Amino acid sequence: MKPAPFDYHRPETLDEALALLAELGSEAKALAGGQSLVPAMNFRLARPAILVDLNRLGALAYIDQQPDGELRIGAMTRQRAAERSPMVARSAPLLFEAMPWVAHPQIRNRGTMGGSLAHADPAAELPAVMVALDALCVLRSQRGSRSVPAQEFFTGLLTTALTPDELLTEIRIAPRPAGAGAAFLEVARRHGDFALVGVAVELRLDESGVCRSARIALLSVGEGPVLATAAMAVLAGNPTTAARIAEAARVAGQRDIDPPSDIHATAAYRRHLASVLVGRALTRAAERAARPAAAP
Amino acid sequence: MTGPIGARIPRNEDARLLTGRAQFVDDVHLNGMLHVAFRRSEYAHARLTAVDVSAAREREGVVAVYTAGDLGGYWKPGPLLVSPPPIPGLVFHPVTQVPLARDKVRHVGEPIAMVVATSRYLAEDAVEDIVVDAEPLEAVVDLELALAPHAPLIHEELGSNLAAHAIQRKGDFGAAKSAAAQVISRRFHYDRGASAAIETRGVVAAWDANAEQLTIWDTTQAPIPIRNGLAGMLGLLESQVRVIAPFIGGGFGPKIMMFYPEEVLLPWAAMKLGRPLKWIEDRLESFTATTQERGQIHDAELAVDGEGCILGVRDRFLHDTGAYDTYGLTIPINSQCTLLGPYRVPAYDSEFTVAFTNKTLVTPVRGAGRQHGVFVMERLLDLAARALGLDRVEIRRRNYLRPDEFPHDHAILFQDSAPLVYDSGDYLPALEEAARIVDYRRFISEVQPRRRAEGRRVGLGIVSYVEGTGIGPYEGARVTVEPSGKVRVATGVGTQGQGHFTSFAQIVAEVLGVAVSDVYVVTGDTAVFPWGTGTFASRGAVVAGSACFAAASTVRTKALALAAELLKVDQSRLMLEGGKVSEVGRTEHAIGLGELARRANPLRGAVRPGTEPGLEATAYFGPARGSTASGVHAMEVEVDPETAMVRITRYVVVHDCGRVINPLIVEGQIHGGVAQGIGNAFYEQLRYDESGQLMNASFMEYLVPTASEVPPMEIAHAETRSPLNPLGVKGVGEAGCIPTGAAFAQAIEDALDEPGLEILEIPLSPNRLFELMQAAKESGSMTVGGPG
Repeated sequence: MKPAPFDYHRPETLDEALALLAELGSEAKALAGGQSLVPAMNFRLARPAILVDLNRLGALAYIDQQPDGELRIGAMTRQRAAERSPMVARSAPLLFEAMPWVAHPQIRNRGTMGGSLAHADPAAELPAVMVALDALCVLRSQRGSRSVPAQEFFTGLLTTALTPDELLTEIRIAPRPAGAGAAFLEVARRHGDFALVGVAVELRLDESGVCRSARIALLSVGEGPVLATAAMAVLAGNPTTAARIAEAARVAGQRDIDPPSDIHATAAYRRHLASVLVGRALTRAAERAARPAAAP
Repeated sequence: MTGPIGARIPRNEDARLLTGRAQFVDDVHLNGMLHVAFRRSEYAHARLTAVDVSAAREREGVVAVYTAGDLGGYWKPGPLLVSPPPIPGLVFHPVTQVPLARDKVRHVGEPIAMVVATSRYLAEDAVEDIVVDAEPLEAVVDLELALAPHAPLIHEELGSNLAAHAIQRKGDFGAAKSAAAQVISRRFHYDRGASAAIETRGVVAAWDANAEQLTIWDTTQAPIPIRNGLAGMLGLLESQVRVIAPFIGGGFGPKIMMFYPEEVLLPWAAMKLGRPLKWIEDRLESFTATTQERGQIHDAELAVDGEGCILGVRDRFLHDTGAYDTYGLTIPINSQCTLLGPYRVPAYDSEFTVAFTNKTLVTPVRGAGRQHGVFVMERLLDLAARALGLDRVEIRRRNYLRPDEFPHDHAILFQDSAPLVYDSGDYLPALEEAARIVDYRRFISEVQPRRRAEGRRVGLGIVSYVEGTGIGPYEGARVTVEPSGKVRVATGVGTQGQGHFTSFAQIVAEVLGVAVSDVYVVTGDTAVFPWGTGTFASRGAVVAGSACFAAASTVRTKALALAAELLKVDQSRLMLEGGKVSEVGRTEHAIGLGELARRANPLRGAVRPGTEPGLEATAYFGPARGSTASGVHAMEVEVDPETAMVRITRYVVVHDCGRVINPLIVEGQIHGGVAQGIGNAFYEQLRYDESGQLMNASFMEYLVPTASEVPPMEIAHAETRSPLNPLGVKGVGEAGCIPTGAAFAQAIEDALDEPGLEILEIPLSPNRLFELMQAAKESGSMTVGGPG
């Protein structure tokens, strides 16, 4: 379990890092917290010829709020920092609720917000949360900067919209609208394991309890985070009754996902869990939307 | 005020362990040391056509590469470690592992070539340079298909994959069955897991050509048998080989005297190269190259009368031994014997068949097959109780052996070839105590119905077991009083976290009247104590502990005799306390043990004929047969009926290991065992695909329970002393993990209370529980529900 030989660069600035990526191209792999990449290298499953270590880029570790309330999280922000950030708790309750589900504290101390998103593991929590929040991913290269909605950032199994010369530098989360309620739930074999199934939901209800919008994103049920559009359609524009929620939950498990089977869960069990969790999460989110004070 | 034996005191070794000063094999760094990596089989079953190591040999930093052909006369199959007991009609085909595969590979992870390089990194790079040409063969993975008529042959010379077949019987099961009010027949599955010790295996070997001395640091539970075996293989005197088993991060069985390929090859190559060599198993290797737990399938029948009293048991089971059966029949015989449990079983008809498969070798892992027998018997009793409308606690009570039935001869043979005779036991008080602690009556009459009304599903499991412990042949110990008054104890057993540095010290301190912290124990170094067998089968405290007691008693006799002479007082007037011998009633008239040690080893004058110098004695202890420990476990669970996730909310153990030397250590053993049992029951399963590839060979995919999954435990002790050793102790090393699966299954059934839902398999994942719940619902709705 020793990695294959590789070259190593440790740039001191973002410009230097982008220059290296531009020069080295697809031979190079960016190293952030290393919580997924380094084990994969030790198994010799990943064999990058060159590592570009981003850990000196302290300027990419920040959590800020814009005057309009938009939350901006630098890609090198450690997950533990986001987990403990009052600003995250206030501005993005869904993200705040999901953070403790990301692996173990030791891993969150080292793992970064951007690293988890760029790695795009379908069983990871943060990609699904960003899709549910409709967050924006800011991508930088020597060629310039662009913003990609989370839903478009994740393009398949462990793949993203990043080109070899680009880095994910920032995540932007718009201020949550009035009447919003969110919930995150997952089922894992042991606490801290990758989820068998997880779900991130955010509902917006009007004063009469009618669902103005619903975002439901599932993890561990496909090649990336899955937006449960059919289930969302069941809810949008309708009162959030128990029957509606049950129908949305059923649709999420049966129509929105095509989950894989593996040694921990069959596709049938995953569909079943997805329905159970979507139902529970929607119920909780609806309660929170109706009673904003009860939000976390 | 009690003496050191029985005292709840922290361990002598903890300061060293907790501050990182304890030496493990990987802490050994020698000048000029080289590092070893192995090319291992990627196939479960294949014929080797060519192994080309030329590119590996040319890589910079590589010192040597060996294949089977390079070993010459050193290449031979390893020793058969345990000969089977003389069971009439026994069939047994021993086939043991080889150091490097020559013509065939028989499991994933089997070593094919050995690389020696200046670093482990370079050695792994060179491993990738080796080109293995192999012709894949169909793999034998499924235990039942292994014995099908046209199954591929793992060892062609045998003509089938049958490794062994044995029948042990007593009474007349046929007659019992025809007289029975109820006969319960079921099929039970119990699949294999890994021992998953926190420290993987490792070997460092160094040959001193000038001194003609070979030193080996080895993560072995049995350094003395390893020394003896290696000396024979290498053509050295036993005194030329020193095996040191330093601190070891968990043994659990697979680190027994296995003569693993790595253990055999490193010393040979170290001598050949004249350089010290180190190999530390990585976790990936550990999953396929370290021996594993056992898979079994039982077809069992229980015959009971109308009162629930056992008339007889019949069991036919298959046991998966993996690619080789180096450890003989210890595991299936443990299963066969332990099934009888604490119960009176007049008729027993037990037959087992052992099959080779293309999987890693199966050898004893904590519990060593005992849990399989317990699972089958406890489940059968639960089902019988249900069929008769009897309470689960009551059916056990009715079948327990009574205290006046000991020693109890079960009339079959145990793994050590001795008859299965229980030395002592008193089972009912433990059951009643466990039921009292969990408040069994209130749970079923109040708690469970109330939770159920709230839509929650809680259940309780309460099961019994026995554990055969403390088998022979023998262990030894040397006890020496130093001139400082401190006491040295040396014994041959290795130590892997059992607390030997404290338990043995307590025994010696009790006999010699010194402080436990003044007794310094050395274990597992053949240069310090060269006789013994090792740490396994819950035997350390019983066998080595009794040897410590015997040696300390002789030292005491010597000390008192010398003190009587020096103090000019009759021995009967002397007492030994606080590190001093003094006259009763005149404590100022005293002489310290250290002073006695000095006087017993004079620089001038003469030692009288018939006496020995110093205050030292060596003694050996070999029990006539094993002692039988026992206990009751109770577990509360809550099942989420929608997700099939299970939470263990309470765990109670009432345990009887005879006289307790240190309750803290006994409880630690139980905590660890229960954690392992919980892993076995719910989390840990080695999953092989149909080609024999292990699909979860990492701690990300192979789920060991962590502190979040293991509940706090409530432990109570019962003490039924063993008459078979002077201390009255029984073993405790494996107890915690033996009944856990049975308790778990009963608790889940109790929580869900679904007609047709029976848990007949372990491990039980939430996915599998979900499937069983679905199946029970479907069959329920077909037979019960539905409009007209």
